[in-house]
Amino acid sequence: MDNRERILGIVRKVSNKTALPDPDESLFDSGLLDSFALPDMVLELEREFGIKIPDSDLSPRKFESITRIQSYIESRM
Amino acid sequence: MVAAIRGFGAYLPSRIVTNAELAARLNCEAGWILDVSGIEERRYAGPEESVASMGAAAAEQCLERSGVNAAQVGMILVSSGSSERRFPGPAATIAHALGMDGVPAIDLPLASAGSLFGMALASSLSAIHGNILVIASERMSPIALREPMERGIAPLFGDGAGACLISGDGPVTVIDSVLHSDGAFAEDLRLGLDAPLEMNGRSVILQASRKIPSAASELLERNGKPASSVKVFLMHQANQNLMDRVARALEVDAARFYSNIRRYGNTSSASMLIAASDWWRDPGPRSGDLICFAAFGAGFHWGALLASL
Repeated sequence: MDNRERILGIVRKVSNKTALPDPDESLFDSGLLDSFALPDMVLELEREFGIKIPDSDLSPRKFESITRIQSYIESRM
Repeated sequence: MVAAIRGFGAYLPSRIVTNAELAARLNCEAGWILDVSGIEERRYAGPEESVASMGAAAAEQCLERSGVNAAQVGMILVSSGSSERRFPGPAATIAHALGMDGVPAIDLPLASAGSLFGMALASSLSAIHGNILVIASERMSPIALREPMERGIAPLFGDGAGACLISGDGPVTVIDSVLHSDGAFAEDLRLGLDAPLEMNGRSVILQASRKIPSAASELLERNGKPASSVKVFLMHQANQNLMDRVARALEVDAARFYSNIRRYGNTSSASMLIAASDWWRDPGPRSGDLICFAAFGAGFHWGALLASL
């Protein structure tokens, strides 16, 4: 499974929805995630990819879309 | 740190503002406000009630409950992020109202986390100044209702004040505290002069969800106490969903996080002391109880304080 598929799996799990937006569409503006789902998603990303995301990197913009999440995660791997 | 908590007090304005009343002004559903915040109603101060007058009222109740009179107080620390003017802050006015002219009265202009910082500072200073009154008073309603009103902000806040008396000795010992600040995200929660409150809710919740459990864990681990040994967490009442998440992160039952946000909303720095005042009255501390205070707010400033009976 590639990184994008792993991220999609996390977004599906956290949002409890199967339909996902386009890779560049905002997960928040699309209504898929709300503010309180964001910490859950970050936690799942850390677990899935075995990384520790520092608080200084916890800008919501980094986790705005599938593409942004993938870009950030791969920069940490 | 040799200090003790002698007692708490609170003051809430009498006017109750329901979600239904605000929902009509914000063009949203009352149930939606409850879902996203856990808040059902909040109190709004009347025109005769100020940050200083509410703070003085909370302090008077605190002193009465603590069995200490104003002449025995050696210092006052007053937290507020919503004082009506740039200076002087409310500390000296409150001291004057309490008949404490001459006692050093220091303002802590820290929203949300100010009362926690005040308690920690007072615990360090009580060996020098004796009884220290820590007061947090907030008049958030004029800020929350500033136009353009936002449905994500306006319903969250309420008005009120809380107070705590820290002394050199007493039944509830302050064991330790941790305080942190980080200005990297200062723009994500700010209140300019005469401007509406600006909040990047996603950033605030993301940071708070991590930093509050982190501070509590740091404090508990440093003192060899598992989170499960804490009788009650008295936390800044920002949002019920946030408190539930912090409980989950610490792997403790959410019921151990005392909550009165349903009745009072988010009263910023006053909320932790108002919650403590309520809890202290019922059920209150019993021998052996471990109590963990925690807060997070604009700045960002955050931390935790551990006490035991």
